[in-house]
Amino acid sequence: MRREIPLIITTVTGLVFAISYFIPHMPFGNSENIFGEWISIVQAFAIWLGVLNLVKVSIDKILSKKGDAYYSYIVIISLGIMLIVGFWDGLSGLYADPPYPVIDDSTSFYWIFKNIYTPLTSTMFAMLAFFVASASYRAFRARNFQATLLLIAGFFVMGGRVPLFDLMISGITDVPVFSHFADWIMTYPNTAGQRAIMIGIALGIMSSSLRIILGIERSHIGGKS
Amino acid sequence: MANTISIILLILLGLSLVYVLVRTLKGNPIGRRIVFLYVAIAAAIPLFMDLEVPLPITTDVRNLYDALEKLPDGSKVMAAFDYDPPSAPELQPMAVAFMKYAFKRDFKIIIMGLWPQGPIQANMAIDEAMQDPEIAAKNLQYGVDYVNLGFQSGNEFVIQSMGTAFKTMFPKDYRTTPYDSIPLMRNIVNFSNIDFVMNFSSGEPGTIQWVQIAVDRFGSVLGAGNTAVQAPQVYPYLRAGQMVGLLGGMSGAAEFEKITAEKGKASTFILSQMIAHAIVIILILIGNVAYFSEKRKKK
Amino acid sequence: MSLILARKEKRSSMDIGMFFAALLTLGIFSFLYKDNPVYKVCEAIFVGVSAGFWAITYFFDNIHKKFWLGVFPQEGDSPDYWLWGGAILGFLMLLRISNKIGWIARWPLSFIVGATAGLYMMLYFVSNALNQVADTMMPIVAYASDNSVLWLDTFGNFIVVLGVVTGLIYFFFSKEHKGLFGTGAQVGTWFLMITFGASFGYTVMSRMSLLIGRLDFLFGDWLGLF
Repeated sequence: MRREIPLIITTVTGLVFAISYFIPHMPFGNSENIFGEWISIVQAFAIWLGVLNLVKVSIDKILSKKGDAYYSYIVIISLGIMLIVGFWDGLSGLYADPPYPVIDDSTSFYWIFKNIYTPLTSTMFAMLAFFVASASYRAFRARNFQATLLLIAGFFVMGGRVPLFDLMISGITDVPVFSHFADWIMTYPNTAGQRAIMIGIALGIMSSSLRIILGIERSHIGGKS
Repeated sequence: MANTISIILLILLGLSLVYVLVRTLKGNPIGRRIVFLYVAIAAAIPLFMDLEVPLPITTDVRNLYDALEKLPDGSKVMAAFDYDPPSAPELQPMAVAFMKYAFKRDFKIIIMGLWPQGPIQANMAIDEAMQDPEIAAKNLQYGVDYVNLGFQSGNEFVIQSMGTAFKTMFPKDYRTTPYDSIPLMRNIVNFSNIDFVMNFSSGEPGTIQWVQIAVDRFGSVLGAGNTAVQAPQVYPYLRAGQMVGLLGGMSGAAEFEKITAEKGKASTFILSQMIAHAIVIILILIGNVAYFSEKRKKK
Repeated sequence: MSLILARKEKRSSMDIGMFFAALLTLGIFSFLYKDNPVYKVCEAIFVGVSAGFWAITYFFDNIHKKFWLGVFPQEGDSPDYWLWGGAILGFLMLLRISNKIGWIARWPLSFIVGATAGLYMMLYFVSNALNQVADTMMPIVAYASDNSVLWLDTFGNFIVVLGVVTGLIYFFFSKEHKGLFGTGAQVGTWFLMITFGASFGYTVMSRMSLLIGRLDFLFGDWLGLF
């Protein structure tokens, strides 16, 4: 019961989506659309599962009274504020005339999005610039032929995609040689390499998908393949 | 004045790299915090400068522009915003330039997002585009000239279901207006009623899914603006004709601003981008010069 | 260097929201010096606010707008009872939090895994395998409209064919990489290295762009220095 039903569900849904690619009519086409809507709803519930899990983990940390439990209070408080503000704004918007969405730029929810969420998430990613530069200086070495190829390609792409190298030779020629060369690297050797990786991954995904649909791969239901 | 001071500071920054080279050659590389400082200064100083660098238009950007130019005025264009604020420095300038171009061409724009932040970024782009006097004079109406269908969860399954009917996944727009009550959507059932799809993407779900489903399964014509991290991965699609063009990263955005004559943030950021690249290239060179020098000494 | 002067508009804005945004930006950047309590507080706020943002947007855009208004429609529309299927599966997914009956969450999980497997099998076969192979098997010699040979494009086409074939040889592990096959795999690694180098260059471009965005906010939007 605990294994068989999930296996049947996996196989049936997998087959519906695979067959409807060729026969987008009754019953496969309709089933595919209904299943698509279900997945959309399940994903929303899955996000809420994640939030519940975050609360659970944070409470566990607080109860364990370890050194960093203090930060779990902040997680729960900021989550609570966001939820209260979001529900307040969202429900107010639904019953307003005319109705407005929770992401409307007049809501407090939007204010938090713009002034709290945006700077935090943007700065987190922006910090990677420093670490990329530091790693390049300390570890990016032309140790062998392959590493040299990697370095040269990166070098010309970095200098060619912005007008850096072309400005350096602007006294000699007005033709954007390095821009064209970076363009060439992207269009031919890069495409070739990416395509080889892409085809390899596609074959891997196809075989894994088939194993899942046929019930050979069962790790998602807690069983061994 | 700001230009002169900035250029002097950049020259001093460049000269100080000689000291970095000497230290590294002596086997005493600079600390990571000094590297951080170099990067920050190199990226910040050009922001104070009023200089514009000559930027050649690459083939991918020109192809996208040519495809848009071929569309008749008033075409129905879907704009999918699949990114969040961290990617906005790269993608928002593309989105703003695209909106300005599209509004001036009287394209009817249908906005949606597979990321919850996408429709918010779209509204920001529209607000900025509306500040253009030429666009403001058109007195464009929400629901008639453009509509924001909002965000829907389900990743690639959203595009998949939209192949049958947009209404399946977007029964209401982001303001909860019913689909059938939106004048612009009355004659639009699915992708077959859309002339062009423009996707701004920073990851998955994004351009890859739009290619796989909207293009290869439902026959849409797709152009995309990608973050630089994602751009190299979509080149095989570009060469195979699954996409008509690509705006890759900040340089793609600046080129698109240039070709559409809609100068914006990317055009002002590109100088900073250039100097930041220069610093990374020089740091790599210094590291390698020291590496080979040490190798020779050991021999 | 041919640099053309351009005008920039001055902009400056000081409101409480921008002050908060700047404070949080600097708080995250403080990690660059070393890990510290200010950074950790910002990080904790980030986790909580992000989770709240996603939860609210998914609730109103999906659970309310799609499911609730679908099964309890306004303005005389007919209800879509099929949507209950998604809600039931979603509810079963939430039971994962329970230790006793958490196993039942395998049902919606199996549904998602099965659907994804079925969809991906076809999408990747057509878009990422078939279409890519088809485009690689194009004639190598490129001609202009006047039937003259385009040498640069021809060379490029040859590079693509060589790179794809040798790259695939490198990924083929069922045969030992020796002899001619080994040479092919070796050439394949060269192409892969150029590909990774190009990706590295683009990654640097991307990361620098994000940093420039934050610096523009701090010096331009917040401090109004330009």
